[in-house]
Amino acid sequence: MTTATDSPPTQRPPNNNSWPRRLLAFIRNTWRGLTSMRTALILLFLLALGAMPGALLPQRSLNTGKVDQYIAQHGWWGRLLDQLQFFDVYASVWFSAVYVLLFVSLVGCLVPRTFEYAQQLRAKPVRTPRNLNRMPHHASSTTDMSPEDVVATAKSRLRGWRLTERTEESGARSISAERGFLRETGNLVFHFALLGLIVAFAIGKMFSYEGQVIVQANGSQFCNSGVYAYDSFTPGLRVDGTQLTPFCVKVNSFTPTFLPSGQPEQYRAAIEYQSGADLRTGQWRPYQLQVNEPLRTEGDRLYLLDHGYAPTFTVTFPDGTKRTKSTQWKPADQTTMLSQGATKFDRPGVTDPEQRRKTQLGVTGLFAPTAAFQGPVLSSSFPDLRDPAAAVDIMRGDLGVDSGRGQSIFEIDQSQVRKGALKRVARENIRPGQEITIDDGTKIRLDGVRRWVALQVSHDPSQVWVLGFAVALLAGLGTSLVVKRRRLWVRATPSGSGDEPGRTVVEIGGLARTDQAGYGEEFTRLSGELLEQTAASHREEN
Amino acid sequence: MPVNQTWSTFSDYAYYTAVVIYVLAMVFCTAEQAFGRERRNAGRRRSRELVGAAGPPPESVDTPGISTGQPAPAGPRPVPERLGRMGIALTVLGVGTHLTSLVLRGLAAGRVPWGNMYEYVSVACVTAVIAWLVLLRRFSARHATTFLLLPIVILMFIGGTALYTTAAPVQPALQSYWLVIHVSTVAASSGMLLVPGVASVLYLIRRANVANPQRFAKLSGKLPGEDMLDRIAYRTTIFAFPVYTFAIICGAIWAEAAWGRFWGWDPKETVAFIAWVVYAAYLHSRATAGWRGTRAAAINSVGFAVTVFNLFFVNLVTTGLHSYAGVG
Repeated sequence: MTTATDSPPTQRPPNNNSWPRRLLAFIRNTWRGLTSMRTALILLFLLALGAMPGALLPQRSLNTGKVDQYIAQHGWWGRLLDQLQFFDVYASVWFSAVYVLLFVSLVGCLVPRTFEYAQQLRAKPVRTPRNLNRMPHHASSTTDMSPEDVVATAKSRLRGWRLTERTEESGARSISAERGFLRETGNLVFHFALLGLIVAFAIGKMFSYEGQVIVQANGSQFCNSGVYAYDSFTPGLRVDGTQLTPFCVKVNSFTPTFLPSGQPEQYRAAIEYQSGADLRTGQWRPYQLQVNEPLRTEGDRLYLLDHGYAPTFTVTFPDGTKRTKSTQWKPADQTTMLSQGATKFDRPGVTDPEQRRKTQLGVTGLFAPTAAFQGPVLSSSFPDLRDPAAAVDIMRGDLGVDSGRGQSIFEIDQSQVRKGALKRVARENIRPGQEITIDDGTKIRLDGVRRWVALQVSHDPSQVWVLGFAVALLAGLGTSLVVKRRRLWVRATPSGSGDEPGRTVVEIGGLARTDQAGYGEEFTRLSGELLEQTAASHREEN
Repeated sequence: MPVNQTWSTFSDYAYYTAVVIYVLAMVFCTAEQAFGRERRNAGRRRSRELVGAAGPPPESVDTPGISTGQPAPAGPRPVPERLGRMGIALTVLGVGTHLTSLVLRGLAAGRVPWGNMYEYVSVACVTAVIAWLVLLRRFSARHATTFLLLPIVILMFIGGTALYTTAAPVQPALQSYWLVIHVSTVAASSGMLLVPGVASVLYLIRRANVANPQRFAKLSGKLPGEDMLDRIAYRTTIFAFPVYTFAIICGAIWAEAAWGRFWGWDPKETVAFIAWVVYAAYLHSRATAGWRGTRAAAINSVGFAVTVFNLFFVNLVTTGLHSYAGVG
């Protein structure tokens, strides 16, 4: 950078200011600026600052409902934040810009450092400075030993250090010693592992997928055969859902245990699964699925996420036909497992669509695993099945399932109710075994209740790599912070003249090459030992 | 496993006792601050800085032991020094009581004693005090003990009142050996990071005084030297930062087993990441010309502020997967 200013202007090549050169200079300066430590620091701050809104504002990736609610509540401010991608922080343009720049800056910093490191590995320790007493650490004494003996003693003491021996013009012998290269090694390992981790993370985002599905715990099956099998599915950027790892799961039972306070103690789902070769032979393998203990098979993982109740209703129509359904209801209150949902029935034997749309039934309301009535109002006092009851509305008319619009399985279409197409014909509290009779003689009976579990299948081919890089990162970090880089010089000068002919002046100097490394104690110990050894042999010789 | 009420009650008693002992220790250390001959330290420090000014950064002029490193006076120790030593002795006693409280809590609940926010704060605080006591063996910073105990006492007061939770087993998601590893290392590293946070704030106070002698005129003279505060902050951070990194990695491994993904930008994860980035910035700033000293200390203080924010705001205000505070 200094060469241009050092040379007089007249000696410059005439085309120095031509645009290709200026462009080159601009690129070079930009590159230098980008890869400088100062820029890296600022980018680190921007990264920290940019990540903050993700913790403070609801995020689409975590909860879409909350984001919509936030935007609705905050008017123009919410819409502005949405425009600026504040609800998708980690996918936003500005956050990506920061980490991409940081990534580039890191690469730009690491490449030259790696070359420098390789050169240093081969280089000899630097020459002994002329004035060792100017070093931050310094000690000296005189001895009867010859300079050669002093150097030999020092060499044997400095085992494990990188050394060179030199004879100086004045006849003095000196050793330059250096130690702590591992620090730079660790530092480079840390930064490269960080790069690797980011790359592996990005690859994971491409090829991973995650799907959630509710399965009733009565021997029902679920197969990972396609996106349609899931209730919700989040694919990575390169996943189209056609090539999922095939495996099947059968949920036989689900057993939660609770403390007397209602706090859950343990969730256990007894499942059986088939994967790989078992799919052909048809063999089922048992597994006890628990929170914190996912099923790992064929590179995929199956998790137990949630549980709930599915009340079973049987409808007996006036003509005597019966229909039984157990639709899962969702927990409205996680601590008491008070659940809400809708179980929907079509009247059998009705072929005329007009007629059909007048006779559909919806059983909707609340279900309590342990009923507690406050007057007629049902609530739940305990999350486990002790005394179940339901408070239901029987709705009759057009459920709107033929309208072509998607419908939640957990509720009836309220717009149908508002239109008057769906009318309430009864509202009652019932317990298992009890039934409700409506005006046309149709009976709705609560038979009992089943449990369901929410399962999640996750697939991330690169997470093992992320783990590997994380371990390397940690090892590199630890090494680079613990190891000190330091230098030590010993000079033995014969003091040929004066009061003490034949004696040798031993000087030791030390320099820590890292910030606040605390080299002092080591230097004091080392130099003390060295001087003592030379002095001790001096006594023996006497 | 049923909760043993007797042990739980004794654990609570030990906790309250520990707080009281820390407060007493603060009183003694403050007395040394107030009546000690602060000038003697300031003078020594100044000469030390002059010696180091010529070459590369001076280092390791540390005086070993808790004593102020002065040649022992012939007679009995002066009263302020004796008070300060009593303060340290009380702090050690406080740590003992505090640890007893944790052990009893663990025995009462039949699990490791860091399953909710009250217990977490307790573990973090005890680590911070132990870290400080260890540092005092190397650095003669005894007269700054008050400034460390102040946030500890405040945190423990909040922990014992607003955050207090009765001993109970933990919910299914927490029943994993990762609770032992992840939460203990997070709590310990956060506690250790309190020490550089305090040291950096004190450093900033001293620098403010250097820039304008009117500011913090009384306080500044009684603080340890800038150089020592800087070294305390750096040494503690380079120890705590890898532990914190380890804790985050363990958290990711646990999240993979419990929630189906190792990283999902849950609020707690996000703020932990932010704190990690800030401390990384601190370490880099010390290798950047023009960023050492005040700026580095400011960054370290910000890092600690983020850690505290992560503890209180994220646990109590936002909702995420890490909602295990047990407060409610």
